[in-house]
Amino acid sequence: MSTLADTTRALRARGRKALVAYFTAGYPDDDAFDALVRAAAGAGADVVEVGVPFSDPIADGPVIQAASNAALARGVTLARALESIARLSPEVAVPLVVMSYVNPILRLGVDAFAREAARAGVDGAVLPDVAFEESGAFRPVLRGAGLAYVDLVAPTSDDSRTKEIARASDGFVYVVSITGVTGARAAGRNAVEGIIARVRAATDTPAYVGFGVSTPDAAAEIASASDGVIIGSRLVQLAGEGPAPSAAGRVGDFLASVRRALDA
Amino acid sequence: MSRGRFGAYGGQFVPETLMPSLLELEAAYASARADAAFQSELDSLLARYVGRPTPVYLASRFSASLANEARVYLKREDLNHTGAHKINNCVGQALLARRMDKRRLVAETGAGQHGVATATVAALFGMECTVYMGEVDMARQSPNVRRMKLLGATVVPVTSGTRTLKDATNETIRDWVTNVRTTHYIIGSTVGPHPYPTIVRDFQSVIGREARAQMLEAEGRLPSDVVACVGGGSNALGIFSAFLTDDVRLHGVEAGGSRDGDAATLSRGTPGVLHGAFSYLLQDDDGQVSPAHSIAAGLDYPGVGPEHSFLKDAGRVSYQRVNDDDALAAFASLARLEGIIPALESAHALAFVRRAFSGAPSEGRVVLVNLSGRGDKDADAVEGRLP
Repeated sequence: MSTLADTTRALRARGRKALVAYFTAGYPDDDAFDALVRAAAGAGADVVEVGVPFSDPIADGPVIQAASNAALARGVTLARALESIARLSPEVAVPLVVMSYVNPILRLGVDAFAREAARAGVDGAVLPDVAFEESGAFRPVLRGAGLAYVDLVAPTSDDSRTKEIARASDGFVYVVSITGVTGARAAGRNAVEGIIARVRAATDTPAYVGFGVSTPDAAAEIASASDGVIIGSRLVQLAGEGPAPSAAGRVGDFLASVRRALDA
Repeated sequence: MSRGRFGAYGGQFVPETLMPSLLELEAAYASARADAAFQSELDSLLARYVGRPTPVYLASRFSASLANEARVYLKREDLNHTGAHKINNCVGQALLARRMDKRRLVAETGAGQHGVATATVAALFGMECTVYMGEVDMARQSPNVRRMKLLGATVVPVTSGTRTLKDATNETIRDWVTNVRTTHYIIGSTVGPHPYPTIVRDFQSVIGREARAQMLEAEGRLPSDVVACVGGGSNALGIFSAFLTDDVRLHGVEAGGSRDGDAATLSRGTPGVLHGAFSYLLQDDDGQVSPAHSIAAGLDYPGVGPEHSFLKDAGRVSYQRVNDDDALAAFASLARLEGIIPALESAHALAFVRRAFSGAPSEGRVVLVNLSGRGDKDADAVEGRLP
């Protein structure tokens, strides 16, 4: 079993709602990114998701698109993201998960990616543009290197797809809360209850909800219907809206307030 | 096992949110193909609304300008309603959208021909329509922007990335993923996730079916060569599909651009994933997609349809490059010799013919060129640049 799965099962056993923090690698700069990951772990995030910048991020809204472009302009790509993780993983206690569009992984080679990611200390991967039907070319390779392969289910996935995907997912099931791109709009508890019920009917793997979770109150509301929340665009926005050296402070304070709301 | 492959190419590289819609589209298309009423409505619209069949025309003066006396026929897709082959696919996909009870259409457009065709069928079927177009392309193809607005479509300028077709496609996918329950995405070329490359090819294959029969009638034989420009590749597959098993040379012509870059995806690219399919792609060593360049907005795209990637590797189609200047020269040549203003995209195919058939006379060269669209839209773009 992967480190990620150990962590997520243990969180559930303790009755703790999981908080997953997403950051775009190399944004706003390399030092600030490292500080963000450390601050998130210190402020109560249970998993950190590292987004690999890509030229054509079709599943992302304006905030992550802009961060991705800014990081790319600084030369941050998959290799640099893995270097950052290699630097951070020995000192950060929480699991680190890579989110990457598939093309940079294909360019490197799926085997090489799995090997290098494992060596860097990556615990799992989320590939948002690999449909379940295509996952056979990736899942066994990543698992073989000891990485969790995290699947996504969507509001449009019907009962049988949701169940099949949820059963396959390692560590947690990434529940996309809304039809849309990241950071677009808030999803209510009602919107995710149906999906969560379908996931829970299929597996005891925890269900974490992402896309459109942007405030402590929203996180608490969504977490009351699920096992945890994933926050991305709001953190990236906070990281980018002031000086880079203080990004970790801004984001750490925000995550601490989310942690309090989840624990209340 | 992944589905919808042409050899190694194709597949479905999209967020899960879109997968149920792709499965729905695949099922709707399968049932439509088996439904005689669907086929007869499509045929009727193609005949009475689009104006099919389009003629093949022996371009005698253009032919005479070539050194080797090849006889060059033009498949006149420029004569279709809206002025390009794009409408063939849009009529078919609008019928599919209606069948799936989707009342809103979205589309990407580069040259604007696909945007105009989508806006046209939206008007015809009483559907809502939003077209995404890069800012750069809106400036260089402004007549088509005005046409889309006249037809009642909303045209959204795309300001991200390259501000051309690639990023217009990204924005269209983002709209689709947001509104997928009510919206059908009419992809304009043989690109994107399965089943789009197959559906678009099938709706465009009417070009090749007509042309093959017309050539047999006009010449009593098949052409020796068939030539088409390739951006995403729909007009090329539309005409090639009828000749794949014949002893006919097939030439796909990509945009060789200028010193500023090119859009020669098959000639210079490597396999990867863009916009939902595994296919050749212009990309860097890190797997980031490279910007394309072409004077022809419809070819200015760093990807290509997966079936073309398969046909390239199989050696069945030979892919060539034509640069901006040669395309402009061919544009001027056809306009002045034949009184036909070709789209800059189609001018790339004509430029290849001018180059390839300029050698010593050889017997029996009968060349069929897909004149995929008309060039009225390019009057501004070519201003001051023609030889």
